[in-house]
Amino acid sequence: MTDEHVIDIRGLVKRFGSFRALDGLDLAVGPGEVHGFLGPNGAGKSTTIRVLLGLLRKDGGEARLFGGDPWREAAALHRRLAYVPGDVNLWPNLTGGEVIDLLGRLRGGIDEARRAELIEAFELDPTKKGRAYSKGNRQKVALVAALASDVELLVLDEPTSGLDPLMESVFQRYVDAFRDRGHAVLLSSHILAEVEELADRVSIIRAGKVVESGSLADLRHLTRTSVSAELERPAAGLAAVPGVHDLVVEGERVRFQVDTAQLDAALSTLLSAGVRTLASQPPTLEELFLRHYGDPVEATE
Amino acid sequence: MTGWPAFLRLFLRRDRWMVLWWGLGTMLLYVSQAVSVDGLYATQEEFDRAAASMASNAAFIAMAGPARALNTTGGQVFWQASAFGAVVAGLMSMFLVGRHTRAEEETGRDELLRATAVGRLAPSAAALLNAFVANVVLGVLVAGSLVLYGLAAADSVATGVGLTSAGWFFSATALVAAQLVTSTRAMYGVAGIVIAVSYVLRAVGDVGNGLASWLSPIGWYQAMHPFSGLRWWPALLLLGGTAVAATLAWRLFDRRGYGSGVFAARPGPARAPAYLSGGYGLAWRLQRAPILSWAAGMLALGLVYGSMGNDVEDLIGDSETSQQVFLQGSTDLVQAFYATSMVMLALIVGGFAISSTLRPRGEEDGGHLEVVLATALPRSRWLLAHVVMTVAGTALALLASGVGLAVGYSLVTGSSDELWHLSLPPLQYAPAVLVLSGVARLLYGVSPRLMVLAWLPLVLAAVVMLFGDLLKIPQWAQDLSPFEHLALVPAQDVDWAAVAGVAAIAVALSVAGQLAFRRRDIH
Repeated sequence: MTDEHVIDIRGLVKRFGSFRALDGLDLAVGPGEVHGFLGPNGAGKSTTIRVLLGLLRKDGGEARLFGGDPWREAAALHRRLAYVPGDVNLWPNLTGGEVIDLLGRLRGGIDEARRAELIEAFELDPTKKGRAYSKGNRQKVALVAALASDVELLVLDEPTSGLDPLMESVFQRYVDAFRDRGHAVLLSSHILAEVEELADRVSIIRAGKVVESGSLADLRHLTRTSVSAELERPAAGLAAVPGVHDLVVEGERVRFQVDTAQLDAALSTLLSAGVRTLASQPPTLEELFLRHYGDPVEATE
Repeated sequence: MTGWPAFLRLFLRRDRWMVLWWGLGTMLLYVSQAVSVDGLYATQEEFDRAAASMASNAAFIAMAGPARALNTTGGQVFWQASAFGAVVAGLMSMFLVGRHTRAEEETGRDELLRATAVGRLAPSAAALLNAFVANVVLGVLVAGSLVLYGLAAADSVATGVGLTSAGWFFSATALVAAQLVTSTRAMYGVAGIVIAVSYVLRAVGDVGNGLASWLSPIGWYQAMHPFSGLRWWPALLLLGGTAVAATLAWRLFDRRGYGSGVFAARPGPARAPAYLSGGYGLAWRLQRAPILSWAAGMLALGLVYGSMGNDVEDLIGDSETSQQVFLQGSTDLVQAFYATSMVMLALIVGGFAISSTLRPRGEEDGGHLEVVLATALPRSRWLLAHVVMTVAGTALALLASGVGLAVGYSLVTGSSDELWHLSLPPLQYAPAVLVLSGVARLLYGVSPRLMVLAWLPLVLAAVVMLFGDLLKIPQWAQDLSPFEHLALVPAQDVDWAAVAGVAAIAVALSVAGQLAFRRRDIH
């Protein structure tokens, strides 16, 4: 039924005691797609991934991985994917190089040339013992092991949380290349900006359910941009532009928020008033949730 | 040093139960000698005879210390317990110091505390004082229990004071070790070597001309001669040594940066060896250090027991109770002694089997398992690889203890007749040991949270074996211990049907654990 989907989840339910961690979750990822899996901490992202990896047993719904059952056929399906957890724990007495080889061999093979290239690109010292690595370096070990494996799917759980910006761009380059080879990526994150950089499509999860799903363009209606500007003369009619909210005018200074879909109209109005300075900010995930789903997001975990 | 009292309070609070258990264990080590000595010999004559035999046995002296006043209860207590007591105090000190210094530094956990308004030296100073306090607890419990038992007060107090001082010395050397290396494991290695060398030096000295004993802090403790002409001044050597080591630790601390050691961590291989490519390779890599060290330890323990065998008849005395304890229904005292030794050694191997069974839970708790199971390694094979390590390690440890017994016996008697007779029989206990770990495996398969119960079967088996008849435990309860069903080799012939039955139970438990594990969530 789902040969065109790498990941196909419908109505997935997972309970821990009486707590419904996943409550009818739907998610579909196709080949050649980087799918952003976006939600606040504790929304159920990691639980979804752990069901997909056959670590947790589902309580209801359907979950298919490469068309197979992730629980029954776990080991066979895992040959075709690589997973990087959000919090990478290495064995204290194994070196990074040993862990990369071990994970690669357990997945069924490693691309030697790419392994060497990745270690170089990530500036990783493979001779250090696990206990000696910083959080960012532990992350790099898992990323090198994943990216050097010959797989068709990458499952990445907040993969850049310990990386510096330079390494983050290295990471993005390799994920792009992986996608361009026609493979799929499930990229879980609670940082909107990280997902925007890489994702073709996005699913937003909240309290165990996907509340929005689509291409980033589809989700433009969800996002509002904060704009503040200093103008040459008062901008007449700004308040009347559809999609402009929370407008504050202090003489020649204006601050407002605008639905991203209406950005063009708002900017035209500003331009006609003569722009001296302009600053705009994308909304944070927290703002987005606050606005669209009513209540504040609790930062837990 | 600003802020050390706050750290000390925190450490004392974190360690209070642990210190209490170490203290009670050490107290039992000393006071149980008094109880058993007083129960073993009916007449002073008998006691004198046994003492003379012990005093002429070099293996005993190497193990325990210089033979002094062995025909008195106090002399026996100090002789039997002091060397091991000092080792126990040393190990406790090493763990206490390590856990609050190098372990905190390695994980970076105490950066949070160090960033508050405290002096740079405060955590280390508090860790040392904390270990000092713990050793005082040990000393007070030992001295108090011996006085209460009715031994001479001054000598009992000296026994405690010497123990505390030796513990202080090992606390300070552990603090030095914490400055030298960057990993907690390596620190325990260095501190452990200090304790081991101290023990061996005094053994060499006690058997030889006594000189080497004066190089060992354990030797200084034993040079106090409690119950055999007490003198206090050797305790000053221990206190002086403590001061020197603590000062050295201070100096080293000042010269190194936070998180680093005097010796930098060595880099390891950039590539994995060929064997590290599947479930079995990984399980071997993770368990080989405990497997090999347990085998080595059991070999050494076997050697000790083996070298005693020939003297058994002299040692046990003629009183009816002691004969009963050792004969275990057999008629040959030497055979009975080895039968008892073997079952004791097998019980100790149970400690390996259970800790090896706990290893998979460590992998799951440590977050290593989810990464491994996200590869093509099936979860059943991952667990099976660890089961194989437990089984092979158990067999190896039992075989090592048997070889130790046989070689020890041959060295003392000069005859090689018993080599086969002693080296293989301990293997018959493998099924019983594996029943203990099988229970742990089943608990793990059902839920890792149940693993707190994992040690219970071993405790039960030990209680049944050591106190079963003494406490008049009902037969059905004694039958719960798998050891009860096996023949007492070599005094009795192997009961193959019993071995097969116990093995079947072990297999059933392990298989049930596997099946349960395949069905449950990974946490």
